[in-house]
Amino acid sequence: MSEEPPGWIGRRVARVEDARLLTGRGRFIDDHPPLGDIHAAAIVRSPHAHARITGYDVSAALRMEGVVGVITGADVARSTRPFPVGVTAPVHYHCAATDKVRFVGEPVAVVVARSRYLAEDAADAVRVDYEPLPAVVDVERALEPDAPILHEAVGTNLAGHRRLVYGDPDRAFAEADVVIRERFRFPKYGSTPIETYGVIARWDDVEEAYTVWSNFMGPFIMHGLVARVLGVPENRLRFIVSTDIGGSFGIKSAMYPYLALIALAARQTGVPVKWIEDRREHLLASSSGTDRVAHRELAATKDGTVLAMRYRWLDNVGGYIRSPEPGCSFRPVGNFVGPYRFQHLEVDASVVMTNKSLTGPNRGYACGHLYFETERMMDLLAQRLGLDPVELRRRNLIEPPQMPYRSPTGGLYDSGDYPAVLERAVEIARYAELRREQAAARTAGRLFGIGVALAVDPSVSNMGYVAIALDPQLRAKPEYLPKSGAVEAATIKVDPQGRVTAILGTAPQGQGHQTVVAQIVADELGLAPADVTVVDEMDTLTRVWSISSGTYSSRFGSVGTSAVALTARKLKAKLLDYAAHLMEVPVDQLEFRAGAVRPKHGKGASYSIKDLAGRAHWNTTSLPEGMEPGLQATGVFGFAEAQPVDEHDRVNSSNTYGFIAEVMAVEVDPETAAITILRYATVHDAGTIINPMIAEGQIYGGALHGLGGALFEELQYDEGGQLLTGTFMDYLVPTASEAPVIDIAHVVSPSPLTPLGSKGLGESSSMTVPAVIANAVSDALAPLGIGITELPMSPTRLWALIEGARRAGRPA
Amino acid sequence: MSDTLPIRLTINGHPREGHCEPRKLLVDFLREDLALTGTHVGCEHGICGACTVLINGEAARSCLMLAVQADGAELLTVEGLATAGQLHPLQEAFREHHALQCGFCTPGMLLTALDLLRTNPTPTEDEIRHGLSAVLCRCTGYQGI
Repeated sequence: MSEEPPGWIGRRVARVEDARLLTGRGRFIDDHPPLGDIHAAAIVRSPHAHARITGYDVSAALRMEGVVGVITGADVARSTRPFPVGVTAPVHYHCAATDKVRFVGEPVAVVVARSRYLAEDAADAVRVDYEPLPAVVDVERALEPDAPILHEAVGTNLAGHRRLVYGDPDRAFAEADVVIRERFRFPKYGSTPIETYGVIARWDDVEEAYTVWSNFMGPFIMHGLVARVLGVPENRLRFIVSTDIGGSFGIKSAMYPYLALIALAARQTGVPVKWIEDRREHLLASSSGTDRVAHRELAATKDGTVLAMRYRWLDNVGGYIRSPEPGCSFRPVGNFVGPYRFQHLEVDASVVMTNKSLTGPNRGYACGHLYFETERMMDLLAQRLGLDPVELRRRNLIEPPQMPYRSPTGGLYDSGDYPAVLERAVEIARYAELRREQAAARTAGRLFGIGVALAVDPSVSNMGYVAIALDPQLRAKPEYLPKSGAVEAATIKVDPQGRVTAILGTAPQGQGHQTVVAQIVADELGLAPADVTVVDEMDTLTRVWSISSGTYSSRFGSVGTSAVALTARKLKAKLLDYAAHLMEVPVDQLEFRAGAVRPKHGKGASYSIKDLAGRAHWNTTSLPEGMEPGLQATGVFGFAEAQPVDEHDRVNSSNTYGFIAEVMAVEVDPETAAITILRYATVHDAGTIINPMIAEGQIYGGALHGLGGALFEELQYDEGGQLLTGTFMDYLVPTASEAPVIDIAHVVSPSPLTPLGSKGLGESSSMTVPAVIANAVSDALAPLGIGITELPMSPTRLWALIEGARRAGRPA
Repeated sequence: MSDTLPIRLTINGHPREGHCEPRKLLVDFLREDLALTGTHVGCEHGICGACTVLINGEAARSCLMLAVQADGAELLTVEGLATAGQLHPLQEAFREHHALQCGFCTPGMLLTALDLLRTNPTPTEDEIRHGLSAVLCRCTGYQGI
């Protein structure tokens, strides 16, 4: 990274977004009212984890100062349809509770008043009568025959179940020298963006159309679902996303039911309505990753070659199954085997509903779970065989000549040199030196451990993967419509003065898209980034978009940048053709350089973009015959490799696949169980890096989300379904004091599938940190006979393990 | 309930005034009544620090104060950090070191950092980490900050 790259791509270009954000001029959803007479909503929420609603009394609330209306579940039942869900079980999920409440915090009514203060006053006066029912929060308990049933129409708490078999795992297990079995628990946590959800909705009864402003991040497939729920054609529902979104990490993809609920409130009360979620509501009822109980089995030969694995998962999606769940089980299907060569796999995934809040994508969607289990299993195997954990992994990695690699589950790993990335991590972590330090520390009685973790980092989900939740027989029916795709769009235009504007609708949440787009366009057109104005604001009425649009699944670095490059190249080709016509020379003798079209060789006239723009706009007869007037291009980039699930349950669930190798060293205090991170090295291969500063920022942030989930964060419930961690005083997230020093390095294997060779890395280390720190702590506690199988490793939990080992007479 | 009280205070060097209910939070008064939307609300219970402003020179959570309590006070908000179009050195440093991504916690982070440097002009790394642990950021991993 020390040499300056020839163009703007690869440079640490300062962000254009920063000036407004540093001076308090950001444009977040709650900052600037888009229209007048906006009223405020307060949502009445269930205090019960499970109860039947027997009646509402809103009369007192309606009499209170400033109140213009109240809507309840009865209005929701009458005026909206339920949201489609991703499984065949008849789960009726509405934008608010209609018959029963199924988790604490579930919306039951909305009060609309002149101000938020008055709306909250009146929300307290809304009476909802409940008949409380027994609750269940534990996935295993929820599947017992006498467990309370959440959805009578389903008849069980199992929302969906799939058994996927690849290769011949039974035979591999029968032939194995070594079989390892372990049970793991992964916690329910959410990356809690500091800006909460926000929605402003307006119903225009003349146009009979809704406009909904929000900080929704996509995927914009949800636009169609909300239209269907509200019972309007899609062209009568306009989504506008605020310029700035205060973080999301997947969490704001789950806010779409509120877009419907607040829109309904606006229509029924006849005024524009704004709702800004508060933190209590966010922790109670926004979204989180799933908690999971996993049973893992691994079969290997005695030299450490992994032959097969079995995954049996119980995923807890809360009171309903909200799309895109059950992605918690299936999002990583293409990379289920991670970076390893084994060909035999059985996955038994049960998606279970309990009386907890609903789940959805959270940074590293399901990959934190996957790699925590897999990488712990690899360490258990290494331990069993007496092998170094790095050496064990070396023996199982997919090798560079195998690239592009088709995984047994259908993933197409587009490029990568996994051994090189692992060796680089070993090198920058000074692994051998760490092992020597560890030996000395152990002699001195200290609990010092080293962990390793690897991950194939998938980016850009293929929309088709969701169908794997459905039975192959159902998918084989003629009426079934296959799903596939991963596309993004961009428009670039040159105005009569030669100014270049790039327009997107990706709904970024702090990833610096404006900066990155300016870098790409500048390189393609021979300009400086400052010459390019980037407008990245989603408006479903005016932007070019598709169902997969949005900023999630590490999409922008891969498909978003590809759309920009493709579009810039289209525009560039047009400018070249036009200049060739004006200069009367063949187009292949011209090139784009320093903001102008110039002859490749020798001297001669040149045409700057400004010059070409002026001529093209002011004198359309100067254009060559057949050339469309105007200087703009719109490009839509899509991956041909994003195909539907096949009849053998194989699917390329992502489109580009990066790779991560991490090494971490920790020390555990035997008295307080506090974990100190002594060294942490992370090496990424995300193809071409467009802005290393922004890429590193994503890695730092992702790592801290993983660390939060591994050490502190958990949405804890009591047995009755009451949330115990409902404020930031109880739900602990990492602060500056807990942030470790991180050594980052990159290995670059450009993707053959994207014009710039880039891949996504937005989720990055969020998926590896739970694994690497669990391995490091397990290694530290190995002398006590302790191995980590459950997260978070809170001091209380860890201390109990250490104390238990001491009582059992193991040395400390 | 609707009785309002007059509030006069100095914000970023300018006298400002307004009327609001006694129960109105200072942060809501700043954002809704004075249109100073640079100060953000992240938790409304004094943990996240996004709403931090300087009141009479000291960092305070504007979500834990009523607007009427700030009557007569001198406030500095993020809008007052840059002078004559020139970014404050802290703002420049944040930009240079990629100390912000979504920018939502940034106003609180900047004012907390300013408060830290005023009380301790040469902090150690530990003191900086401890001082800034008063503000939650979920994007940056705190490295750039």
